Amino acid sequence: MSRKKRKFPEVPSASLADIAFLLIIFFIVSTTMDVDTGIYRLLPQWVDNVEAPKINKRNTFVVLINKNNDLAINGEFAQVSDIKDRLKEFIMNPNDNPNLSEKKEEVIEGIGPFMRSQGIVSLQNDRGTDYGAYMDVQNEIVRGINELRDEFASQRFGMKMSKLTETQQEAVKKAFPTAISEAEPQEIK
Amino acid sequence: MSKFNPDNAKKSVPDITTASLPDIMFMLLFFFMVSTTLRENELKITTQIPFATEITKLEKKSLVSYIYVGSPRREYQTKMGTESRIQLDDNFATVNDIRGYIAGEWEKRDEADRPKMTVSLKADEKTKMGIITEIKTELRKAEALKINYSAKRKFVNTRSN
Repeated sequence: MSRKKRKFPEVPSASLADIAFLLIIFFIVSTTMDVDTGIYRLLPQWVDNVEAPKINKRNTFVVLINKNNDLAINGEFAQVSDIKDRLKEFIMNPNDNPNLSEKKEEVIEGIGPFMRSQGIVSLQNDRGTDYGAYMDVQNEIVRGINELRDEFASQRFGMKMSKLTETQQEAVKKAFPTAISEAEPQEIK
Repeated sequence: MSKFNPDNAKKSVPDITTASLPDIMFMLLFFFMVSTTLRENELKITTQIPFATEITKLEKKSLVSYIYVGSPRREYQTKMGTESRIQLDDNFATVNDIRGYIAGEWEKRDEADRPKMTVSLKADEKTKMGIITEIKTELRKAEALKINYSAKRKFVNTRSN
């Protein structure tokens, strides 16, 4: 028998399954499957000794949460479920009510001249407010704005916001910006 | 054996082939490798994340830094009390540590990725807003302006629309 002809013994593959199984168990133990989700927010830049900009009273939508997690909109008691519709009414202001937000004509790329609301949501909370209650309010505000965007998108483009192209989405976002101003927490009675 | 039971011997079932077992295992392995992410931190606090409907997915996990807020786990309560605490990486921290932490996280990322860095705030529902506002102020000072309030999806039966 010559050297060349000698066959190499096959590597036993019986344990391959066990090795793979061990690896699987390692991955199951050391990893998580949950997807992280949440509400995105852009914080304002920090400026020392900033003077509060003067905003017309009619253009502010004041949401107040006190330390008992009670809610007030523009100084009156309200429920979390009220926020969305009140906010939509405040921003749209269909009858040009002088107590609701003012609208100014602005040219928005991709939409053209648009009567944009100058309204700003002012979110105020106490140091003792629960984070959960604060998140509920945040969520309702975002929901209101998202619904406004959706309604406008289907009116203008005949499609929901999520189906629009990216540039169209940007334009709609400019028409209905997320204008939330958060004051430093105060002692709220 | 067949001597005693000749009928049975003829019909005996052949062994199931195990040749494809490794392949099945590898398929499972790849599934787990692709669909999961490594655990980031050992939590020393408990966080009951609030629920919300208007949530978006955090896109690139490598660009996210986490700040945990919640009451310490039972084994740490004798030392740290039950009041809400901040956890950065694997340790308890105070509000003053946040700026250093953000600077460290900033250093870790590539220059191109830095503007996209996001801070995910994983806070317990019961946390008081005082501590959250302090964190937000520190983040603003540290110029980490993109934040994400971590929330789980709330399922609502009837969505008005």
